[in-house]
Amino acid sequence: GKNEYDLVVVGGGSGGLACAKEAAQFGRKVAVLDYVEPSPQGTKWGLGGTCVNVGCIPKKLMHQAALLGSALKDAQHYGWNIAQPVQHTWSVMAQAVQNYVKSLNWGHRVQLQDKKVKYFNMKGSFSDPHTIRGLTKAGKETVITAENVVIATGGRPKYPTHIPGALEYGITSDDLFWLKESPGKTPLVYYPFILHLYETIVYIALIDASPDVSLECAGFLTGIGLDTTVMMRSIPLRGFDQQMASLVTEHMECYGTKFLKRCFPIKVEKLESNRLQVIWKNTDLGTEETDSFDTVMWAVGRAPDTETLNLETVGVKTNSETGKIIVDASEATSVPHIYAIGDITEGRPELTPTAIASGKLLAQRLFGRSSELMDYDNVPTTVFTPLEYGCVGLSEEAAVQCYGSDNIEVYHAYYKPLEFTVAERDATQCYMKMVCLRESEQRILGLHFIGPNAGEVIQGFALGIKCGATYPQLMKTIGIHPTCAEEMTKLHITKRSGLDATVTGC
Amino acid sequence: QEAAKYGKKVMVLDFVTPTPLGSSWGLGGTCVNVGCIPKKLMHQAALLGQALQDSRKFGWQFTEEVKHNWMTMTESVQNYIGSLNWGYRVALREKSVTYENAYGEFVGPHTVKATNKRGVEKLYTAEKFLIATGERPRYLGIPGDKEYCISSDDLFSLPYCPGKTLVVGASYVALECAGFLAGLGLDVTVMVRSILLRGFDQEMANKIGEYMEEHGINFIREFVPIKVEQIEEGTPGRLKVTAKSTKGNQIIEGEYNTVLLAIGRDACTRNIGLDKVGVKINEKTGKIPVNDEEQTNVPYIYAIGDILQDKLELTPVAIQAGRLLVQRLYAGATSKCDYVNVPTTVFTPLEYGACGYSEETAMEKFGEENIEVYHSHFWPLEWTVASRDNNKCYAKIICNIKDNERVIGFHVLGPNAGE
Repeated sequence: GKNEYDLVVVGGGSGGLACAKEAAQFGRKVAVLDYVEPSPQGTKWGLGGTCVNVGCIPKKLMHQAALLGSALKDAQHYGWNIAQPVQHTWSVMAQAVQNYVKSLNWGHRVQLQDKKVKYFNMKGSFSDPHTIRGLTKAGKETVITAENVVIATGGRPKYPTHIPGALEYGITSDDLFWLKESPGKTPLVYYPFILHLYETIVYIALIDASPDVSLECAGFLTGIGLDTTVMMRSIPLRGFDQQMASLVTEHMECYGTKFLKRCFPIKVEKLESNRLQVIWKNTDLGTEETDSFDTVMWAVGRAPDTETLNLETVGVKTNSETGKIIVDASEATSVPHIYAIGDITEGRPELTPTAIASGKLLAQRLFGRSSELMDYDNVPTTVFTPLEYGCVGLSEEAAVQCYGSDNIEVYHAYYKPLEFTVAERDATQCYMKMVCLRESEQRILGLHFIGPNAGEVIQGFALGIKCGATYPQLMKTIGIHPTCAEEMTKLHITKRSGLDATVTGC
Repeated sequence: QEAAKYGKKVMVLDFVTPTPLGSSWGLGGTCVNVGCIPKKLMHQAALLGQALQDSRKFGWQFTEEVKHNWMTMTESVQNYIGSLNWGYRVALREKSVTYENAYGEFVGPHTVKATNKRGVEKLYTAEKFLIATGERPRYLGIPGDKEYCISSDDLFSLPYCPGKTLVVGASYVALECAGFLAGLGLDVTVMVRSILLRGFDQEMANKIGEYMEEHGINFIREFVPIKVEQIEEGTPGRLKVTAKSTKGNQIIEGEYNTVLLAIGRDACTRNIGLDKVGVKINEKTGKIPVNDEEQTNVPYIYAIGDILQDKLELTPVAIQAGRLLVQRLYAGATSKCDYVNVPTTVFTPLEYGACGYSEETAMEKFGEENIEVYHSHFWPLEWTVASRDNNKCYAKIICNIKDNERVIGFHVLGPNAGE
């Protein structure tokens, strides 16, 4: 063709890289543009996108650091003699995490090279429907033409800019994972600003998508010993099953995270000591309250990164409310040869595995004679809060709305992980439920699990849901003993019965 | 418990014959007392030891020297088991099941004799009987084995740290115990007669062994002990083990504080009067053959659990079989226990979960050209920062090409394999 590249992917994250590499497998000429606009606080990172740099990866590693803190406490009950006090040093953890992330950046560059995908570390935008203009940090321009374009630029955290001081003094998850130093008695200045993570307030404004990243961050910050507060305007984990969401936050409260519920910030000011004074409105009491914190982290949702793409010029339609790109079942935008995948697309889950899968399938349809579309149904996910929550399928509310409460049966159980017994850990919020259709076949509509290794537990059952598993089939599946997952195969108490749902393992 | 739900008059006889060294325990059977439960808890203790090391890389700081106290752990584990024993007694009482802590044996049709530990005998008659007496560890039959060696029946309540331990055997019991003992900081050697984890996928078994070896556990392959002698009494004492090669005449000697025998388990069917009621057992193995409704050759006598011939020795299987049996007997149900594709997990230091065919068995049954094996090594994210092995975790799925690439075998070696 007359275009230089068969495929140009704008955005080198989970979706973009997967799509590009898959396309290259078919012998196509592929290029990827990736560029990270620094955060307001100046944080930036390498190739790989949100997941690798400021999402899933560093989040899970820091969550692991917090879990290990709990493990240290448990270990004493199991006979390990550890002299107190036990301390956590942020910089050791942060450096280890950042080094690992950097190795992934490197790994991605090598992979692109190996697969002969051309990589441009440039900010891409459309000049016309088949022409992409790439701009380097220094302002140097490169113009390339493409037969097909895939937009996969993802999103960035929003700032509540209407709050005075929010932009100047607050950070977001983009910055949190890259902080070099923590609080301590003598903070070192690595960046142009001093950050004390001694006390952190995480503000969650639940206007749109579920910012579970914020609860996850608040969780691990608490776990590594920081005095953390979460301020919430309304409900946590909007969009998730509400019973499960409240168990998750209940656990966090028991775990030590402070919650300021039904409050919203009005102003952030910097004090002489460099701490931050936050003034907020308590909607329950109707009063204004104030306190000082070392760090204020905003987790008010993510905005799609489309502003600088020049979408209007080429006619790619976006959702007027969310700003996300509208796509059809084949990931095509309103312009036939321009596609979009990942967090930037309207109505899709904001998850790495779905971005990757849809990217690969798109490449296979474009260049590999496949016609398989991405199946977005029954995608399992996990929230990595201190007590993890994994789920697949419908929430109880969604099932009730869809089928009517008379037509669904909810089986549930409060259980105690064996490992908690000797450790004398509180298992009050360890809970699972299965939402099924009530009619003869009793197909399982949704599975919800709170407990250790929730992701590992739900992953396996997700296959069952995909295959249309029914309650009788699950009951015929023999459990592995002793595990937490086996309790799923033993669920037999219904909510309808009103019976006590506490089960004993053995 | 299930039978009592249907208003039946039910009695349970449970009795634990003490081990040669005198260990005994309460109601609940092997799993609760000397199997799954204490095993998983001690495995957890070992995993926590590893977590301590990992945590330093994640920024946690504490003294360099960390030691493990066997008694603290064992006491906690035994306390928990005690609460389970108690829980079972309460549950039986609440469900109006009569429980007798007595040794049961058949003395004639529809009649058992129950002998308690004081020797008092009672006779009971019943319309139906269920034999679920399980198994006990096998001994080697060599000089010194019963006098000086322990088994898993003793290990979980051992009132002193076992110290330098020789584990004899290559069963999952042997490898799981060796695994957690080493994880707690003890010097562990495993003496293996031939292969590891007989009956399991051998590629996976070898990876498990390799991992254990790389993490400080010594393996002596192709030797069997022929004599155990006491050098010094004590808790623990010192033992001398003499072993002979299976491939020649070589003799080796070693000194250990503890010798743990884990060479297999024998069904408790030889001394319960089965001959008096005509229940046939496999004379060689002691196991009881049953039909697909768990019925023995005597129509009113059923059997479940570890004592069954050609069935899996697993707690969840026994539970499922028992419940379904009772539902068929008293609730008009027809569901039979499905023994196919039962998932299991071996809780070795690197855990191994499996369901379905091993690669060898699949090739044998379907033909090598008809199966496709997809596999991958993987590096758990949590191991990256902890600088742990990056090519040890492994997973494979075995597919039947001719049946739509149906997955007929699933194997994973890595953390949380059971989950």
